[in-house]
This record gives sequence, structure tokens and C-alpha cells, in this order.
Amino acid sequence: MSAIEVVFILLSLVAVGSALLVVTTKHLVHAALWLVVTLASVAGVFLLLAAEFVAWVQVLIYVGAVVVLLLFALMLTRAPTGPQPDLNVREAVPAAVVAGLVAALLGATVVAGFSDVRVDLDDPLVGSAGVTGDVLFRSWVLPFEVLSVLLLAALVGAIVLSRRGED
Amino acid sequence: MPLWWPLLLASLLFAIGVYGVLARRNAILVLMGVELMLNAVNINLVAFDAYFRDALHSGQSLALFVIVIAAAEVGLALAIVLMVFRTHAHIEVDDLRELADRDAA
Repeated sequence: MSAIEVVFILLSLVAVGSALLVVTTKHLVHAALWLVVTLASVAGVFLLLAAEFVAWVQVLIYVGAVVVLLLFALMLTRAPTGPQPDLNVREAVPAAVVAGLVAALLGATVVAGFSDVRVDLDDPLVGSAGVTGDVLFRSWVLPFEVLSVLLLAALVGAIVLSRRGED
Repeated sequence: MPLWWPLLLASLLFAIGVYGVLARRNAILVLMGVELMLNAVNINLVAFDAYFRDALHSGQSLALFVIVIAAAEVGLALAIVLMVFRTHAHIEVDDLRELADRDAA
């Protein structure tokens, strides 16, 4: 087992464990902080899979911006800091059953479909900022520009929604 | 590395996100479940990008686009959540039933 595989297994365990804590912890703020651990280990997985630029964007946007936004929203909705007994629905068993079925179905499908396929990570794969930027602005220009319009629309929408209604 | 390792990790994270969306009552915690699901999809995209050695890097580019869309989504959703908090003084999604399809009786 190569070093990459060992690191990948460790990162996967951290990601799954902290993700479980995100959806089960009784502290609102702890959920956001465990989400940071999950997202950071997913960024590590991206690094292992030779997606360097995506990993740093993950750290910047998700860990930096999205989690801070979530924490701000928790603060603005006056989230209590102590443990909350009623964060989950009273009957959580159906949700757990559905989630377990999703995990079993997806997991069985990918294991059955790709059990004999290997990702070759030994050759120097390229996913650096230079290569990604080159590809992005050569082959993916139109989706990129459409996305910037989408971001602008989301920005305007968020501002309109957040204004106190004096019109 | 076997390809199914990252795919299995993505499946597990997706299922955990599904559980979070279904079981949590606080709207912001529901959003965290959605973020987990989006991240699972990104792992899939990046894993297949590494597997196919795509010259166009479709997987990585789409993962970047998904991250951007997730940022836009979370910004809008939190604006909506704050507005709900202003009008209802709580953000328990179970209790927001104004739009529910009630029986006529």
C-alpha cells in the first residue's frame, strides 16, 4: 500500500467521522466547526487526486467563505450556544433508514462497477493553477462567464432579500 | 489507488448529507447537509478527472463550477433564512407550514 493510499484512508476516516458529527451534534456552533474539518479533509483528498487548484479553491471558498457565512447566520439568528435537545426531528429513524439505503445503493453500485479499476497517481498528473487556468479560459470560457452572471444575480438577489422592506 | 475508494467516500458523504437534510430541524443545519452532498459530488468529479486523465480537465472545471454555485446558493439561502427569522422569530423548518397543502376541512 503506497503512502498516498494510507493518507487517503486516514483523510477519508476523518471526513466521514466529522461529517457524522456535523449531522448529529447537539451544539449548533460545533456543527459548523466540524464542517470545517470535513471540508478541509475533502480538500486534502483533492490534493491527493492531483487537483491542486480545486483543493485551494475549496479551502478559500468553503472553509473561508461559506463556513463564515454559516457562522454569521447562526449568530444573526441568535443561535444558543449550549447543547440543544431538539435539533433533530423527533422521529429520526426514517431519515436514518433513507440515508442508509442511499449509502448502501450508491456504495454497492460504485464498488460493483469499478472494483477492478485503478487510478494511476504515480505519473505526475497536472492540476496546478497554471494548467487549470489554461483549460478554464481555453475550453470552458462560456460556462465561466455564465457563472459570473449567475454570481452577480445571486448577489443582487441576496441584497434585495436582505433589505428591510422600505422599498 | 483503486477508483472505488474515492467513489465510496463520496457515497458515504452524500448519504450523511441526506441524513442531515432529512433529520435536522434548524434551516442552517439543513444547509450544512446540502454542503456535504455538494462536496461528495465534487469528490466524484475530481476522482474521474484523475482516472480519465482528461486533457480538458472536465472534472476539475466542473468541480470548480459546483463550488461557485454552492457559494451563490449558500449566500441566497442565508438571506432567505434571515428574512424568515425576521418574520417568524425562528428557523425551524418543521414549523414553517404556511405553504403546506392543507385539507379543506
